[in-house]
Amino acid sequence: MKVKDLINLGFESVHEADFERDVICVYCCDLLSWVMGRAPADSAWITVMGNMNAVAVSVLADIAVIILAENMVIDDAAIAKAKEQGVNILRTDKPAFEAALLIHNNLDVDE
Amino acid sequence: MNVLELHYDVPGDDFTRAGEASSAIKNKLKQMGISPNVIRNVAIATYEGEINMVIHANGGTIDVAIDSDAVTLLLKDTGDGIPDVELAMREGYTTAKEEIRALGFGAGMGLPNMKKYTDEFELTSEVGKGTEVKMKVYLNK
Ligand SMILES: Nc1ncnc2c1ncn2[C@@H]1O[C@H](COP(=O)(O)OP(=O)(O)O)[C@@H](O)[C@H]1O
Ligand SMILES: [Mg+2]
Repeated sequence: MKVKDLINLGFESVHEADFERDVICVYCCDLLSWVMGRAPADSAWITVMGNMNAVAVSVLADIAVIILAENMVIDDAAIAKAKEQGVNILRTDKPAFEAALLIHNNLDVDE
Repeated sequence: MNVLELHYDVPGDDFTRAGEASSAIKNKLKQMGISPNVIRNVAIATYEGEINMVIHANGGTIDVAIDSDAVTLLLKDTGDGIPDVELAMREGYTTAKEEIRALGFGAGMGLPNMKKYTDEFELTSEVGKGTEVKMKVYLNK
């Protein structure tokens, strides 16, 4: 699955850096050190943590896309950093579990 | 391959810039063609160390040396130091305040992550003087 396939599943684009990027799995957590140490590279990371530090962690952990669950807002400074560092960000009104399930069930999708 | 050395100053208490040194190091290693696995391990170790210096020690410095064998990382600060290193190394142990935890930090996994993702890890700390962490990630495993 690619990031752009998530748009077809109803996720809203917050910042597009590279939607051709592959997504190989889903990871859910809001504690940055857990994400840093456990999220596999190229995962879709579902969180309610919409700040600059989440963007920094995504860059360092090679996260394919940040997905803000429950319609969480992300501050402008974080979006500016996402632009600068090339980080994809999407949003959904779904809770983390439902969003993860939806992505998981569609991981094999190849447009 | 010659030794390449990099130096970064990490400002204290600036959460918005935390991670910048680690990102810069990551980009440098990428340019050098270092393997993604090694880069990932170095990125985790430097980020956790950088965050610790910002949150717990009012900033510090990161020195990186890259030779044909390993990436060597030296993180130094002149913060309050760690009274009980064994306790600090435990998964989940943190002294981070609530407002810092609200930003997603303070999981108490920083030092355990640094140890887990590096091949050599040495922490020395003196209360009132500061903390030094030396880590190595081997290039060929
Ligand atoms: N550079 C440092 N200076 C002073 N204290 C530190 C430093 N690094 C870590 N510590 C102490 O060790 C504890 C555990 O660190 P860590 O495992 O990174 O978890 P966290 O940063 O989430 O609290 C910290 O809460 C802090 O008390
Ligand atoms: Mg820490």
